Formats: sequence, structure tokens, C-alpha cells
Amino acid sequence: MAGLRRIRWDALSLKLVFGLLAGIALVFLVLPTAVVLLTSFTSSQSLRFPPPGLSFRWYLALLDADQMQRAAWNSLVVAFWTTLLSGACGTAAALAIARSRSPLMRAADLLFMSPLLLPALSFGFAALIFINRLGLSPNIPLLVLGHVIVCVPFVLRTTLASLSQLDASLLEASESLGAGRLTTFRRVTLPLIGPGIGAGAFLAFMASFDNVPVSLILADERTEMLPIHLWQQIETNLDVRTAAASGAIVIATLILMLLAERFAGLTRQMH
Amino acid sequence: MEADSRLVLPLAAIFTAFFVAPLVVLLLLSLHGDIAMQGWTLHNYVKFFTDPFSYSILIDTLLLGVKATLVCLLFGYPIAWLCARAGARWQSVLVFLVILPILTSVVVRTFSWIVILGRQGLLNQVVMGLGLSNEPLRLLYTEVGVVMVLAQVQMPLMVLPILTVLSKLDPNLADASRVLGAGEWRTFFRVTLPLSLPGIIAGCILTYAASITAFVTQTLIGGARLIYMPLNIYQQAVGANNWPFAAALSIIFMITVMIVVGVLGAIGRRSEIHGRA
Repeated sequence: MAGLRRIRWDALSLKLVFGLLAGIALVFLVLPTAVVLLTSFTSSQSLRFPPPGLSFRWYLALLDADQMQRAAWNSLVVAFWTTLLSGACGTAAALAIARSRSPLMRAADLLFMSPLLLPALSFGFAALIFINRLGLSPNIPLLVLGHVIVCVPFVLRTTLASLSQLDASLLEASESLGAGRLTTFRRVTLPLIGPGIGAGAFLAFMASFDNVPVSLILADERTEMLPIHLWQQIETNLDVRTAAASGAIVIATLILMLLAERFAGLTRQMH
Repeated sequence: MEADSRLVLPLAAIFTAFFVAPLVVLLLLSLHGDIAMQGWTLHNYVKFFTDPFSYSILIDTLLLGVKATLVCLLFGYPIAWLCARAGARWQSVLVFLVILPILTSVVVRTFSWIVILGRQGLLNQVVMGLGLSNEPLRLLYTEVGVVMVLAQVQMPLMVLPILTVLSKLDPNLADASRVLGAGEWRTFFRVTLPLSLPGIIAGCILTYAASITAFVTQTLIGGARLIYMPLNIYQQAVGANNWPFAAALSIIFMITVMIVVGVLGAIGRRSEIHGRA
């Protein structure tokens, strides 16, 4: 009897400890998002939490925030072009890497993934020096290229993962039935790796829209990006419109995440 | 070159022109005294390694990464463990919650932490309400605060690789261990944990690299007095306008990151071979 109790206690204590740690961690994971959302609906002038009352007044105030709107538009435009370029070049590169075993391709893979680990600020600074040496000054197309460097690893990773799960016999079947390479790609490969590309493109879009280190250094004076603008607001005058803008970003992110989950199986692509 | 391999060319061109070339220029500039790049010198590197203030920033940054990574592992592993045991539906919900922070704008996230960690913030209200402390804890602008926020922000990078390994693990192995009389804890430490080592190391590489380079979080939560490498580089480049020194700092920082990643990666490969044997 004593032995049985010991085994039960043993199993129970493991579940208890792991459950407790996971529980605490999950609360801390969700807490900031919940706090931002609630604070953005505050009726008061200050950022006190919990808010004394709820209202839409700060969201309405966003309608007049010209500077913030311009910054949001700039960020959307840059994120759009970054996603398009990363999606196209990243998918093409993933196809080449997945089909080859040459060491050169392994090296290319390593190179393309390295921006994920290296300090983005150092890369942004390097790009600025480079642009300067070429006699150019920062502009939007160069900023987009900078964003592509730090965002393309996301597309590459998810696309390579879905390519590795692609059943080669499907491609052989298609080609033996007389379909050309292009048709096989369009009708077989692309639909099967589509969710992988989609999830990667979504992650690249979010990473670009959210990028600070590269934008901070490569955006020119006239083109302010949203995260940089919000950062300056937070550092200087913490007004509640910042909370409303943050709330709007959180809501948009949640909607996009649910869409990405619905159409690309985002959570399945992530591990 | 075969037809398929040529697909790599567009991205390779972008990377050569806009990643490799700038990094080469960065390296060259760090070996010069001024932006005109005349006359080679190691002055910037000598300055870094002889100035205690400079290299202590590097050490602080590397230690910050260790602390944030350990906290991430302590809390991230149980989440991955829970995810791996949950049914498909709950697993989706849990993974969704885990990736939520990394997809929420980093500035927004950090802003929220300022509301939570401040003197009259949520956390202090709870701590004082429960009578755990008579005066508000100082969390904002302290390293404890920075580690907390970094751990939260980078948690997905730890959880996802561990989850990948745990969900591929053969449940028979743990069952066999139990049948042979090992308790749950013993089974965990002797079977499950060693087998999930490749995932743990992959997670540690990602969290570590992300934590030490997290410019926004370090700067906004740490404030102006806690200086880590990214802020140091930014201040030298933009504030002091000392581009060659900032370039040397960048090179030193990047090489350090590469060494850490390389060493952890080598350990990871060894553990994978070990796991298979």
C-alpha cells in the first residue's frame, strides 16, 4: 500500500509542478496583451490600471492623429513590399535549397537564416554605412530591401518545412502522367506548400510591420514608421492615444492570427 | 548549374548586395580611424579591450542572455510538456497563446510591461495588496525587470523547438521506464529530458541570440542607465557619431554571438547523435 501511495504521489507531484510552472508562464504570456487591450478602452486621462471606466474616446482621438496615421501608412506600405519580395524570393530559394544536396546550397541556407540570429541593429548600421559609401541616402526602396533581409528567414523556414513533408511520389506521378514541370509546380507543389508559404509570409509581414532596429537607422527623416513613432511617444509623453494605437494593433494582430490559423494552419506550421 | 538551383539566384543577389557587402564595409570601417577610411588601424579594437567600461557592457549583455534563457527554459519546458500532452484542439489554443506575444508589436508589448511593472503598476498593486511588501518593488529600469520581460517576449522561441521534439518522442520509451519501476520524476530526468535535449538546445540558441540583441526591450525596460551592447552601438553610432568605433563594437558583438551559437550548436549536434545511439 505504501508503495502504491508513493508512486501516486510521485506522478501527482510531477504533474503539479509542471502544471504550476506552465500556468504561471501562460498568465505572464497573456497578461501584457490583456492589459494593453483594457487600458486602451480607458475613460480616464491617465494610463492607470485597472481603468476607472471604459470608453471609445481614445480610439476616436486616433482619427485626428495625423502623424500617427501617416506613420501607420508608411509601415503598411513597407510591410506590403517586404512581404511580396520575401515571399517570392524566399519561396524560390527554398525550392532550390530543398532539391539540392550540394554544400553550396547548405551554405546559402545558412547565410539566408543568419539575420535571424545576428543583431539586427548592427546590420542596419552596416547597411547605413554601405549606402553612405555609395553616395546614396536612405529611402523607402532601400528600407524595404533591409526589411527583406531580416524577414525572409521566416518564409524560408516555413516553406522548407512544408517542402520536406512533400511526398516525392506525388510529383513523380504528376510528371509520369504527362504534366510538365511548370504544370506540376502549379497544380501539385504549390497547393501543397501553400500553407507553409502563407504562414511564412504572415510572419514576415508582422516582423516588418514591427521592425525597429532596421527602420530606426534606415528610414529617412520624412518617412516615420509606426513602431518608431510609438516608441518616441512612450519615451516622451505617455499619452493615452498611444494605448489606443497599441490596442488597435493588438486587435488587428489577433484578427490576422485567426485568419492565418484558419487558412494556413498557423499553429501547426510553427512547430 | 541546373535549372532548379537557379531559383536561389534572386535572393542570393539581394543578400550579396545588401547583406554581405554592408558587413564587409562594416568590417573595413572598424579597421580605420575615420569615415574617410584612410590608414589601417586596430585602434578601435584596442580601445574596446582596454576600456573596462566597454568590455563590461559586453559581459553584462552576455550574462543577461544567460539569465533570460534560463528563466525561459524553466517556464517554457513545462508549457511545451503541457502542449505535447494536450489534444489537437487544446494544443492549437496553447500554441496560439504562446505565439501571441511574438506576433504582437514589440513596442506595444514593452509599453504594456511599463504599465504592469511601474511603481503603481498592476504587479505592485497585487504584491502590496497581498501584503508581500510594504513598499512598491522597483522593477522598471532594473535588470530583474529586463530579464522578466525578455523571458516573456522570447518564450515562443524556447517552447516551439521543445514541443517539436516532445511531440515526436515515442511514448513507449517513457512507458517502458515506468514498467521497469522508475517513478515519474526518474523517468522524466532519465528518459524524457535527455531525449528532448536537441529541442532544448535549439530553443536556447534562439532565445539567447534574441535576448542579447533585443534592442527595444533592453532600452525601454532597462532605461538609460542599464546599457547593453545594442544600445551601446546605437549611442556610439548616432549619439557620439563615432562610426568606426560603433563598427568595431558591431563586429565584436556579432562574432561573440556567432561563437555562442556555434558552441551551443555543436553541443546540440552531439546530443542528437547521443540521443540516437
